[in-house]
Amino acid sequence: MKLNTLTLAQAIEKLKKKEISLSELYSDIQLAMEKNKDLNVYLKVDEDAVKKAHKKENEMLAGVPIAVKDNFLTVGLPTTAASNVLKGFMPPYESTVTKKIQDAGGVVIGKTNMDAWAHGSSTETSDFGLTKNPRDPKRLPGGSSGGSAAAVAANMCIAAIGSETAGSIRQPAAWCGVVGLKPTYGRISRTGVVAMGSSLDCPGPMGKTVEDCALLLNVIAGKDIYDATTADIPVPDFTKNLKKGAKGMRIGICYMNYPGIVGTPMAEAVTRAGKIFESLGAVVDQVSLSMSVSDHFKSNTIIAPNYAIGVYTIVQRAEVSSNLARYDGIRYGNDRSFLGEEAKRRIMLGTFALSKGYADKYYLRAQQIRSLYIQNFRELFKQYDLLISLSSPGVALPIGASAESPMFGELQDLLLEPSSLAGLPGISVPCFRDPSAETDLYLGLNIMANHWQEEKMLQAAYAFEQNTEWNSWIKK
Amino acid sequence: MGYNKLQMKTTKKNTATFTPGDVKKIADLAKIPVTPQEEQKLADGFNATMEVVDQLFKIDVSNIEPTSQVTGLTNVFREDEVDMTRMFTQEQALSNAKQTHNGFFVVPQIIDQS
Repeated sequence: MKLNTLTLAQAIEKLKKKEISLSELYSDIQLAMEKNKDLNVYLKVDEDAVKKAHKKENEMLAGVPIAVKDNFLTVGLPTTAASNVLKGFMPPYESTVTKKIQDAGGVVIGKTNMDAWAHGSSTETSDFGLTKNPRDPKRLPGGSSGGSAAAVAANMCIAAIGSETAGSIRQPAAWCGVVGLKPTYGRISRTGVVAMGSSLDCPGPMGKTVEDCALLLNVIAGKDIYDATTADIPVPDFTKNLKKGAKGMRIGICYMNYPGIVGTPMAEAVTRAGKIFESLGAVVDQVSLSMSVSDHFKSNTIIAPNYAIGVYTIVQRAEVSSNLARYDGIRYGNDRSFLGEEAKRRIMLGTFALSKGYADKYYLRAQQIRSLYIQNFRELFKQYDLLISLSSPGVALPIGASAESPMFGELQDLLLEPSSLAGLPGISVPCFRDPSAETDLYLGLNIMANHWQEEKMLQAAYAFEQNTEWNSWIKK
Repeated sequence: MGYNKLQMKTTKKNTATFTPGDVKKIADLAKIPVTPQEEQKLADGFNATMEVVDQLFKIDVSNIEPTSQVTGLTNVFREDEVDMTRMFTQEQALSNAKQTHNGFFVVPQIIDQS
């Protein structure tokens, strides 16, 4: 058995029991990296990783190699956010997430490719070339955490870290057939993460299994005094209740009647997921869809995501324009002529939306409508423990697809945007494999919970995973 | 498996329409160099994006509080103390700068001396 195919839970156990050695594990990871070089998954690999893992077998993460998206600052490894602006930048401090991983005995094996500045849902906008989907190299891995999702799917790491503003963990996880978790906003520190949309950004774990995401979440979650938006609330052991099943959980199925979803094989996959939860003892209902946001207080009703796209577009671009103002090429990095097309587009539209005379018209209005989505979810979570929907409105698209629309990312992440605007946690687990495709093309099921309810969400996701065959690529 | 395009076309009524000249003005504000070819392309892109944003104007937003923080945090304080462990040395602070002079950053001239 190739050791790089182990899950995080398996690898930790085997390393602690001395059934396998770190040098064997790293050597198999190295072979996978060489074999999959053409996928362009890593922007930088740490050549000293195996040395750094030395004698860590007894620590929590047992020295396992973790792939990290290239927007997390890592001392000793260049951090570019896949933009030429930061080409060659060597961070003078460590992100809280990667520090916690290292303190827990994990090793950052390398920095993964992404859409430049995390602006996109394809990994095609990277200034250092696109990443190919390991399941089908003619297709995209999704994004913006496409490199991290691909690293997990191609066994080029044991688990990975991504970041999400609206869909950037869950959509690539869905397209690559792996598991990705976006936490509640403020559950994981953003310190040392190249900022995109600060009221939305969330780091999160990506892994082969739900259990692996729970294990990593245990390591990286928690209050950070350097990020004032992290909440001072207790972090449970997310693995403790993982295996207790979904019995009695009230689950609502969302967005089934949305145009483009209704009547498709994608909708059928979600219906089947609902049936699986029912067979596990959950109480499953369909949530009515309303195309009118004024129905946000109506019982058992979810408002359509199409206004969220406009809200997200304004809020995110406004925050982007502010966050990317720091790249002046004076203190670090190259000057603004090195910005790529997508970044220019977002910065400029955000600059417009925040400029004098327009800020109230666009930004304020967007934040008001954002409140309606938040109230809508607040009402729904009085009735439900969890809400489920698709992570992405389709399987992985062919290379080149992102050039079709200046709104490509927003359209891919349409079904995730309302919950992201509300700061809710969600996890994507594979829920379907396209039987008509020659390659392995997956759909992801997005399981959402109320603020700080990641434990419940993981519990349901684990039960679903154990009672379906979609992760059969993992060696048991 | 067929992918469904979730495109949403609306007829734009309430949002701005951008000309290449508008783009140039915004580019100057954002300090982003753009070529005349880019100006046209960006204007087209902004106009397409604004079609989606235009939908927001169908909604009556009077009496709705804007969102400021999604999990309800307010006034997060910390002690106003210097944490020496987080401070950069001068060498670290300058380590990624393209141009330095006697331990300082070199910045572009912004005052016209002509």
